[in-house]
Amino acid sequence: MARTLKLRIWRGDDKTGGLQDVTVEANHGEVVLDIIHRVQATQMGDLAVRWNCKAGKCGSCSMEINGKPRLACMTQVASYPEDEVITITPLRAFPVIKDLVTDVSFNYKKAMEIPAVVMPEGMKPGEPRMQQVDVERSQEFRKCIECFLCQNTCHVIRDHEENKKSFSGPRFFIRIAELDMHPLDMLRNRKKTAQEEHGLGFCNITKCCTEVCPEHIKITDNAIIPMKERVADEKYDPVRWLGSKIRRREEVL
Amino acid sequence: MATGVFSEGRAKIAQRTLRTDKWWIQPLITVGVLFSFIVYATWRALENAHYYAEPLISPFYSPCLSTTCVSGSSLLGTPFGHILIFGMVLSPAFIILIFPLGFRMTCYYYRKAYFRSFWMSPPACAVAEPHAKYTGETKAPLIVNNGHRYFFYIGLVFNTLLTIDAFLAFKNPEGQWGHMSLGTVVLLLNATFLWGYSASCHSCRHAIGGRLRHFSKHPFRYKAWTIVSKLNTKHQNFAWVSLIWVAFSDFFVRMVSLHPTWNKYFF
Amino acid sequence: MTLEKHKYDVVIIGAGGAGLRAAVEAREAGLSVAIVCKSLFGKAHTVMAEGGAAASMGNVNDNDNWMVHFRDTMRGGKFLNHYRMAELHAKEAPDRIWELEMWGALFDRTNEGKISQRNFGGHEYPRLAHVGDRTGLELIRTMQQRIVALQQQDAKEHGDAEKNMKVFAEVTITEILKENGKIAGAYGYRRESGSEVLFQAPAVVIATGGVGKTFKITSNSWEGTGDGHALALKAGANLVDMEFLQFHPTGMVWPLSVKGILVTESVRGEGGILTNSLGERFMFKYIPDVFIDKYADNEAEADRWYEDQDNNRRPPELLPRDEVARAINSEVKAGRGTEHGGVFLDVSKRLSAEVIKKRLPSMWHQFYELAGVDITKEPMEVGPTCHYVMGGVEVEPDSAAAVGVPGLFAAGEVAGGMHGSNRLGGNSLTDLLVFGRRAGKGAADYVKANGANPVSDAAIEKAAAKIEAPFTSTGGENAYTLHQELQEITHNLVGIIRTGAELTEAIEKIADIRKRSGNISVTGDRKFNPGFHLAFDLDNMLLVAESTAKSALLREESRGGHTRDDFPGMNSTWRQVNHISSFDGDKVSIKSQPLPVLPKELFDLFDVHELEKYMTSAEIAKGGSN
Ligand SMILES: Cc1cc2nc3c(=O)[nH]c(=O)nc-3n(C[C@H](O)[C@H](O)[C@H](O)COP(=O)(O)OP(=O)(O)OC[C@H]3O[C@@H](n4cnc5c(N)ncnc54)[C@H](O)[C@@H]3O)c2cc1C
Ligand code: SF4
Ligand code: SF4
Ligand code: FES
Ligand code: FES
Repeated sequence: MARTLKLRIWRGDDKTGGLQDVTVEANHGEVVLDIIHRVQATQMGDLAVRWNCKAGKCGSCSMEINGKPRLACMTQVASYPEDEVITITPLRAFPVIKDLVTDVSFNYKKAMEIPAVVMPEGMKPGEPRMQQVDVERSQEFRKCIECFLCQNTCHVIRDHEENKKSFSGPRFFIRIAELDMHPLDMLRNRKKTAQEEHGLGFCNITKCCTEVCPEHIKITDNAIIPMKERVADEKYDPVRWLGSKIRRREEVL
Repeated sequence: MATGVFSEGRAKIAQRTLRTDKWWIQPLITVGVLFSFIVYATWRALENAHYYAEPLISPFYSPCLSTTCVSGSSLLGTPFGHILIFGMVLSPAFIILIFPLGFRMTCYYYRKAYFRSFWMSPPACAVAEPHAKYTGETKAPLIVNNGHRYFFYIGLVFNTLLTIDAFLAFKNPEGQWGHMSLGTVVLLLNATFLWGYSASCHSCRHAIGGRLRHFSKHPFRYKAWTIVSKLNTKHQNFAWVSLIWVAFSDFFVRMVSLHPTWNKYFF
Repeated sequence: MTLEKHKYDVVIIGAGGAGLRAAVEAREAGLSVAIVCKSLFGKAHTVMAEGGAAASMGNVNDNDNWMVHFRDTMRGGKFLNHYRMAELHAKEAPDRIWELEMWGALFDRTNEGKISQRNFGGHEYPRLAHVGDRTGLELIRTMQQRIVALQQQDAKEHGDAEKNMKVFAEVTITEILKENGKIAGAYGYRRESGSEVLFQAPAVVIATGGVGKTFKITSNSWEGTGDGHALALKAGANLVDMEFLQFHPTGMVWPLSVKGILVTESVRGEGGILTNSLGERFMFKYIPDVFIDKYADNEAEADRWYEDQDNNRRPPELLPRDEVARAINSEVKAGRGTEHGGVFLDVSKRLSAEVIKKRLPSMWHQFYELAGVDITKEPMEVGPTCHYVMGGVEVEPDSAAAVGVPGLFAAGEVAGGMHGSNRLGGNSLTDLLVFGRRAGKGAADYVKANGANPVSDAAIEKAAAKIEAPFTSTGGENAYTLHQELQEITHNLVGIIRTGAELTEAIEKIADIRKRSGNISVTGDRKFNPGFHLAFDLDNMLLVAESTAKSALLREESRGGHTRDDFPGMNSTWRQVNHISSFDGDKVSIKSQPLPVLPKELFDLFDVHELEKYMTSAEIAKGGSN
């Protein structure tokens, strides 16, 4: 069931570039990444693209296909109508390096700004006891494959370069939520820093991050909104604020 | 200076979006429905009449708190006397509507809906927004959204009152209990949808158990949280159904007050 | 262009589980560390591991301990393992897992709140610590976050996060540099720009993972090109037992574009059964004699085992991978395969849709999104896929030092010996951690004892010239084409079932491609140019393929991941032999080397009757060394 595909692939670098028309064969069951590889092997030996696992597990092959942020290895060619021209571009929230490869170092910088888990003092390896129900929420966020599609689609930085310095993005809100919900983490200022340093308040919960997440993590419903509520407990809810001053409930909970 | 997808260093692509699907339909529908609701609600509030048809009261006017209210409609008395603005009597509906309005304006779901469709930030995913600057909910007035939980609590009071209204609808126009009409069903559904909307609220989910760190130490709250979490995935549906039904309930009451026979009694 | 130069105490090639664990250890020993990897940080192949990490913590069945684990590992490897590696691995694996938890890993839990463990092929007790079916992701993310945590410490103390440890992502190492017979550094290029990088360091740890991309059908990612194997050979180190390749029994077979992608063994661990096109549950026919008392020979018992493991034998679907892969291969060859040349694997009969989605979430997605199959309702089609290389760099077990090259260390999949002729599922992830840590420590001790060893300009020039070669060549060979040809050869002639004649043919053909690969020319410039990258990867794969084919030709028996149609049985005399590959700059040669003898205290852990199935009577009479 071979078919002939018409593509437009963006080629270029940080200075110039544009869409180039390509015609290529596609076989039954192939994904967009297969097609890119065929173009590479037969027509454009130096077409730059990142990929690793080709099974949606590593989050390397992030790009935009017909304007939508996606993993190329999980996008079936068959999901596009026969006569549709498929447009493939690099991620548009990050600086481009070459062709479909972008500079995603922004994300690694932001990762560096979140303190790791702090286990209770004196606890030794092998001693932690945690119940499944208590780790499940954080486990959902640890499914993240760091494809950075959510970061790429988030309008806060996609549409406003200047916000990059004060906004960590959805990938890192789930990281903060993961740690805040970790049953043993001892660092208890995560709500405060989420709001004051990582820019949680910039998010207007328009949910594009959730829409594009290939791991189907409910980024907004399960991480961002609960974190906003937790922040409200500490910063915007005088009643609870007072309560927390009177009895130190955090540890008990 | 160019920002966003046209910033220095990003791939040079002229279009704001390369999406080929009809991404603008969703925001368009949202604008349509919300706008119609606002127009209808404002008109009805200004109308200041036809909101009570023994035993049915329109949810826009319940509880009617002003001395200008028609007799029988003031479940909680009339503590407000009547309020004059520029020499005109303020419709008691405004005193009521302001709360559900606040509740819905700060609702996490409606925020998505209006930020996308009215404010276009962003109109749809991966479609560049038209604004040059964006600060989200970090500054006034949008920072108020962080107080959503208070509107949620107030919402509970209204839900209770509207539930009572629905029960009062088991009376007949002569005030005798044990009857049921179309209006009873309309108001019961209204209360149910509103409770569904509140119960599936994110603040509710947080309060019921979301703020806990160890579910295992609070089995009952955990159970409650799992139920609310399930409802929560349907919050969007509750949001629309309850909104439309509130308007419909009001419309129904209005029609009954004009044509009492419309309210068919089953028994 | 000025050359980018760096000085470190230790350079670690590879940011998979092994490389990262080595980095943490060396850094904690007070050394400065460079971590170099071909892809972005956190994307290494380890991320794909699904089923779990084997460690005898005894959380689910408290009969488990290191000795049982050791026995299982040796059995799985058909006693060709380096006993000391298997011993260290079994003893230290639990500590390595617990340590991950302290660094933020969140494994699935038992009711008591301990780390839950699941069943896996060849493991006597439930032993695999896991997180759903994305254990590798958890492991690599935890290690990645541990590295970040150490960098945050440095930032706080020295104002520079990268003072003691820096990740060089998207850098390919093309050569390991030596001076005076000892390690002096490593040389490579940045994939992004094509510019060259020199690392000066007295110790290098190779942790580059596997070789799967040498084969046509593989579960491995593009990174699995055997770089470390080739780099080590070129640096004068040896490879041990390169004939042993693990073909995982269950890879996807359809559609073509996903052929080879792994279907985790947990599918069978959770109750998946294998049937052929006649609907027959065929594995009962393939239980080898050595396992007859451990595996159920009828369906009723096999089914009971899932509820009561103490009184029933395990289902034969959970036999070691080599057995299952061969069984599937035979069924398909006998004409009882599916339409696309596989067999059926079905979990939908035993588990509810909800449980499947919870326990095997990524499998559900994988099939749903890539093959349009809903595994909660229908069976999957599966067949063997090249998965893991047991062979690798010959190392000293305790320090992970490469034999023969002072300053060179190797850990993880690239190191040989630990798994013998066949690796048990789940043993790799803990192997990475146990020997990654040992390599880091070994390198640290070495550097402290030996100090710096500067690189000469001559060595740098030589390395630089090699990188320039494909751009100046006008030979016109296309790297993509040659790669495909190589994959055809290995698949057809060095695959799951081998014969002497085919291997001889393969050796000739590989030599031919090697010759042509000298004429590869690339189009475009140096900037992120995959054609240019492949030229180097191909060179490595060719060395690996040569070494595999040659070792395989010599081994005239069938054992674990090496099956000879012309020598079908396992032979106790061959068990006493390791094959050592070395490289003289022109071709790979193989020599035989006696396998280290099992010491008495380990020998005594086994029932003699079991050992009789593997060892010669002379060995049994001796009863282990000393
Ligand atoms: C699909 C799949 C599932 C698996 N499931 C399991 C499982 O459930 N349990 C289990 O125990 N094992 C499993 N394995 C096996 C296990 O995942 C691998 O053996 C293991 O991850 C290898 O880790 P590593 O650290 O040795 O190397 P890798 O993780 O492969 O990392 C290699 C690193 O070396 C770098 N590198 C390579 N060459 C160069 C070069 N020239 N220059 C610079 N850097 C270089 C790469 O960029 C990469 O960072 C699975 C394997 C696969 C493919
Ligand atoms: S929901 Fe918030 S974080 Fe997610 S994309 Fe929208 S603005 Fe960004
Ligand atoms: S949260 Fe989802 S979209 Fe964002 S980086 Fe992780 S996997 Fe990708
Ligand atoms: S290549 Fe790994 S996610 Fe696509
Ligand atoms: S009512 Fe919508 S989130 Fe509270």
